[in-house]
Amino acid sequence: MQIKKRVAVVGAGMTKFMRRAQETGKELAFEAVRQALDSCNMRIEDIQSVALGSAPDAFDGVHMKGEYLLDGAGAWGKPYSRSFVGGGTGVFSLIHGWWHVASGLFDTCLVVAEEKMSSCLPHPQTAFLTIFDNMIERPLGPNLIWIFALEMQRYMQTYKIPKEQIAQVAVKNKRNALDHPSAQIAQKVTLQDVLNSEVMAYPVQRLDISPVSDGACAIVLASEDVARKITDSPVWIDGVGWNLDTTYWTNRDLYFPRYVANAARMAYAMAGVRNPRKEIDFAEPYDPFDYKELHHMEGLLLCRKGEAPKLTAEGVTERDGNLPVCPSGGLLGVGNPIAAAGLMKICELFWQLRGEAGKRQIPGDPRTAVAQAWGDLMQIGTVVVMRG
Amino acid sequence: MSKHLQKPPGVPLREEDFEAQRVLSVMYRPKMRYSWATGVAIGRFLKGLRAGKIIGTQCAHCRRIVVPPRVFCEWCFRPVNDWVDLPDTGIINTFSVSYISTDTTKLKTPIIPAVIEIDGTTHAGFLHVIGEAKPETLKIGTRVKAVWAESTKRRGSITDIRYFKPAEWKP
Ligand SMILES: [Zn+2]
Repeated sequence: MQIKKRVAVVGAGMTKFMRRAQETGKELAFEAVRQALDSCNMRIEDIQSVALGSAPDAFDGVHMKGEYLLDGAGAWGKPYSRSFVGGGTGVFSLIHGWWHVASGLFDTCLVVAEEKMSSCLPHPQTAFLTIFDNMIERPLGPNLIWIFALEMQRYMQTYKIPKEQIAQVAVKNKRNALDHPSAQIAQKVTLQDVLNSEVMAYPVQRLDISPVSDGACAIVLASEDVARKITDSPVWIDGVGWNLDTTYWTNRDLYFPRYVANAARMAYAMAGVRNPRKEIDFAEPYDPFDYKELHHMEGLLLCRKGEAPKLTAEGVTERDGNLPVCPSGGLLGVGNPIAAAGLMKICELFWQLRGEAGKRQIPGDPRTAVAQAWGDLMQIGTVVVMRG
Repeated sequence: MSKHLQKPPGVPLREEDFEAQRVLSVMYRPKMRYSWATGVAIGRFLKGLRAGKIIGTQCAHCRRIVVPPRVFCEWCFRPVNDWVDLPDTGIINTFSVSYISTDTTKLKTPIIPAVIEIDGTTHAGFLHVIGEAKPETLKIGTRVKAVWAESTKRRGSITDIRYFKPAEWKP
């Protein structure tokens, strides 16, 4: 593969993540973009192309959501397109923007991810249900939580993982989010709180799950030569990868996300990461449910299969541990406006690798990090490796 | 972190704000209906269910036997022409005990969704529900058998199988 230009992140911005925002999707996008441009002293005139990520149109009840968001995303009169790969969208939107610049086609690209889930009544869950097969699954009256419960059960039983070890992730991430100014549900919860919370679809309990959210994030990308003029501390996108497994999800073994591993291998190879366990300083895997963080640590080859729960119980993934995981607070703490949640992870890599994460800053000058998102019908992994 | 972001933009609202009309909203209820042709493979699968049979396909190239059936193998990306009658038994590949219905209302009696790995396939199966079972007795690997709707009531739907119930192990 030939990459014409090395690509850097030079600016980042985000709104609060909220259960229900007063602002429209366009307004949220505008605020995030303004933050991102201000953070690197750039103007919209300096932006050559715009890559937008947003999840199902059904949340908003607005078709052509990409076009609907265009004006707020700063894309008026510019080469612009929207990508959508379910929950994987946020990290994918960065990959989408990356190839605009890596190809040499543009020197700068604005990446915007927006989600407003609160408009859909009574619950955006209803819009999600249409991901199930229209002929042989929907007549059974499925619930979105089911697929997580089924995957979690398979994962837990394969490795005999006690629920306590999985619940640790929710405790850690909600606590980490206390230091994030955009966080929606940062809180101190105990292991017992998680284990005693309402059983929704066993083994999934209420506190295992991230919330429904509104919010937006934006990232400014620039080619190497341009980036060095914009900032003294660009953060490099050194590897990208994405991969999809079959939609026939009942024909797969759900205990391990091999598509995430495929995406990770692609990204690591591009970034020259030979031993991720040693070379990755911290990670932001996708954590819409607590077990997903563990599942994804294994998919990202950051530990052996089935080992992530043990590492978490030992404190390895705490912010001051050997391998900090979701130092932002993740989706479980900061919130989960689908596409924006994935791009929030890229924002976190950017701030951490620049030493700008404030109270969340990981000690020890981290140099290399990985972010990942996941989605569709439990079938896509999107992975980005960044270096400070 | 940019200094602006110490106070990120965005105004959180509560449900009460809408009820008290402190903010305005506009309501819309889409009215749409769909009629999906079931296609070649699923059409045959559903006809099979109506006749009380589970039908899968086998790829002549990788020899994999799968259900739900398809007219192509996504691994080999070749056409598939071999239809296989499968038994109505299998094992629980994974399951959940769900206290929420499809629209998230709470259930007193839980539904038990499961992926049923059908006997005779290459670890392939489909989503269904478990009945006639105490949740606490179920495990991954528990053997199950289909409980069919009466033949006069079957109409070519996945619900022609009412549920799968735990079954005695038979070699
Ligand atoms: Zn094949």
